[in-house]
Amino acid sequence: MEHFDFIEMKLPAKPEYVGVIRLSVSGIANRMGFTYEDIEDLKVAISEAMTNATTHAYEENEGGEVTVGFGLYRDRLEVMVADHGGSFNLSEVKQQTGPYRQSEPIENLREGGFGLFLIDALMDKVEIKSDYGVIVLMTKNLPTNEVGIDDDQISTSQ
Amino acid sequence: MNINLSIDVVETDNQTVLTVKGEIDAYTAPLLKEKLLPATAKETEKIIVDLNDVTYMDSTGLGVFISALKSAKEHGSTLTLVNLQERVHRLFKITSLDSIIEIDTTIRGGE
Repeated sequence: MEHFDFIEMKLPAKPEYVGVIRLSVSGIANRMGFTYEDIEDLKVAISEAMTNATTHAYEENEGGEVTVGFGLYRDRLEVMVADHGGSFNLSEVKQQTGPYRQSEPIENLREGGFGLFLIDALMDKVEIKSDYGVIVLMTKNLPTNEVGIDDDQISTSQ
Repeated sequence: MNINLSIDVVETDNQTVLTVKGEIDAYTAPLLKEKLLPATAKETEKIIVDLNDVTYMDSTGLGVFISALKSAKEHGSTLTLVNLQERVHRLFKITSLDSIIEIDTTIRGGE
């Protein structure tokens, strides 16, 4: 079986902890060797997922907590963000996300419609499960053109 | 690294300049909204938001600027974002919001 290290954090479902999870993923991704740009993408994606989870918990009027799991693989980082709130209409949420379209009047723009869209745009793979609460599972791959320890030159693909 | 947010507001004749520092996320976005929305509710006001020292922003920040733009348009005011860091500007591009929100991309001298 593929080896990986696993880190799990449980946080109160409150917006003040979104910044905390952002600092955590920044540290983990930095240790794994992600680029500055990839780390910034990860910070936004994980914050969006955590924000959704806290908003969801708030709407359900629950205290609740959010579980964040990090799977550190040789070639990728998998992040799972799970809330334990009630049911959630996934198709409805998906319909409400996407980039701004020129034809859309500004009056119709929703303030909160860009979270899932950004997660999708910034990560390499995203899965959302909503059977029990909502679980967002997202993957960011490490760059493959790494220079091995024994390599004496850098190869570039043109 | 400062994960909090601070906002300075300077009002002169028909112009409000907000200088924002720190990170805009689900926790700090309400503060930005609280400071920005009253300015957009003035008639024919010119509102400038300086994001030079904003080191992080996500969709909660985009949401505040969408609200501010709507309010500004209703009151005949204008909203302009200036001095965006590349990472912050990128979010407006990915979401195509840069087509409706005025962003001044003039490169600052000496930087």
